[in-house]
Amino acid sequence: MARDTLTGSRIRERRLILGIRQAELARKAGISASYLNLIEHNRRRIGGKLLVDLAQVLGVEPSMLTEGAEAALIAALREAAADSGTPVAELDRTDEFAGRFPGWAEVLASNHQRIARLTRTVETLSDRLTHAPHLAASLHEVLSTGAAIRSTASILAETGELEAEWRDRFHKNLNEDSLRLAESSRALVNFLDESDSSAVRRGVPQEEAEEFFLAHGYHFPDLEAGRVTPKALVEAAPQLVSDAARVIARSALEQYQSDAVQMPLSEVDQMIKAEGLDPSALARRFSAALPVVLRRLGVLPPEVLGQDAGLVVCDASGSILFRKPVAGFALPRFGASCPLWPIYTALQRPDVPLRRNVVQQGRSALGFECLAVAWRHVPGSFDTDALHHAVMLILPRREVPQDA
Amino acid sequence: MSRHVVLIEDEPNIAEAIRFLLSRDGWKVDVHGNGSDAVEVIQAAKPDLVILDLMLPGKSGLEVIQELRAVHDLQALPVLMLAARGQLRDREMAEKAGVTRFMTKPFSNSEVLTAVRDLHAQAYQADQIAPGSVVPGSATP
Repeated sequence: MARDTLTGSRIRERRLILGIRQAELARKAGISASYLNLIEHNRRRIGGKLLVDLAQVLGVEPSMLTEGAEAALIAALREAAADSGTPVAELDRTDEFAGRFPGWAEVLASNHQRIARLTRTVETLSDRLTHAPHLAASLHEVLSTGAAIRSTASILAETGELEAEWRDRFHKNLNEDSLRLAESSRALVNFLDESDSSAVRRGVPQEEAEEFFLAHGYHFPDLEAGRVTPKALVEAAPQLVSDAARVIARSALEQYQSDAVQMPLSEVDQMIKAEGLDPSALARRFSAALPVVLRRLGVLPPEVLGQDAGLVVCDASGSILFRKPVAGFALPRFGASCPLWPIYTALQRPDVPLRRNVVQQGRSALGFECLAVAWRHVPGSFDTDALHHAVMLILPRREVPQDA
Repeated sequence: MSRHVVLIEDEPNIAEAIRFLLSRDGWKVDVHGNGSDAVEVIQAAKPDLVILDLMLPGKSGLEVIQELRAVHDLQALPVLMLAARGQLRDREMAEKAGVTRFMTKPFSNSEVLTAVRDLHAQAYQADQIAPGSVVPGSATP
């Protein structure tokens, strides 16, 4: 497996960072220094118990050594190569490329991901009649009114002798319909125009909000420390151009802030280090509701969480309100989200936590552990139904391959 | 000779215009503005022809036509579908569901009249209805 050829290099790198001598690491792992030397120079394959022992001494997860921090990066590079369509000669040396030129690899991978996002947006926008319900409704209104006017007008124009009663009735209808047409066509123009008072509109608001969160790595230390408000953050963000994007970003940040107050970073960090990643235990420790815990875990920096994580929040209609993608897990922004996602099951059963293992076909063979729960976002009353939202935390599974 | 049409259309002014037109042309016209019980209404009225809007409250025109075609003695009933969106996909789906003819809004009155006469003539060739047999002014508001 080409992917594993750098395991030794990663062990060496990690050892040097920690300032441990080769002989010392070898002794702690119960092997000879010369054998460790061979391993470190990728001349011996390593797996099983020895890998686990070395990882423990080095204080990392075994998969960090076998796949490296660049696992996600390599996956993205492979995806880029596959999507480019042209045969790529050096596919077998992808990990070497990522290892030697991590900066360039990152540029390539992030550009590819951005292209994929934009492609999806373009596809959606070019099929707006299907994906923009408001546009479809406006057009339907215009065409229906047009049909009514056309029929009525030609009856008035073409019917030779029309009884006064009918004539008056059709005149009245014509008047009503032309008024409706004026209003619905104005609504249509407004929708297509969407001339926000605020400058140019680059893309869809969700895209802008997503760029904003991505630029911050989904982590806002100043917000957690109370040094800045969501409002100020949003106003200072160059990515947020349209008003709609600002509203989306601000409400997400307000949620983030209140979650962070309930579960402060340093305490969460200690708890995860001491007891591992256990959402139920965290909920008890912080007396926090499960949705708060999942949302909080989803936006923790990888070094605190100990791994990568994706997060999705959606409303009862299944529209995605917040998404933090994770490598290998397709998270479409529009429409075609796979309904099998536990998040949709969770919506059917509010307050019932769900844990499911998800494997996406045609993608990496790695599975994902998905934790989902729906909560009552707006309580019901005698006049209105309760409004539910649901959250899903996506944790890539990190099993060490048997043959590693 | 009975010439009876049921019009399922939720847009009152379109319904009124079509009702007037067809009444002038000698048809008995029943108008119904709702999709949810359209099948029951059609079954009870036993019309010669149905004009069905695609976008209806309660139940879409597509669902209505599918249920109609599932009723044994309504399988041959001519159905003219009116739609505000003439997208190919809508038309294909409608024809697959068993619609006899598909017409997009905004249509002209003569188009509707011609379509209705044609459909009726095709379906009831044995009855040989003369195209020009207009019964004038029988409609009242």
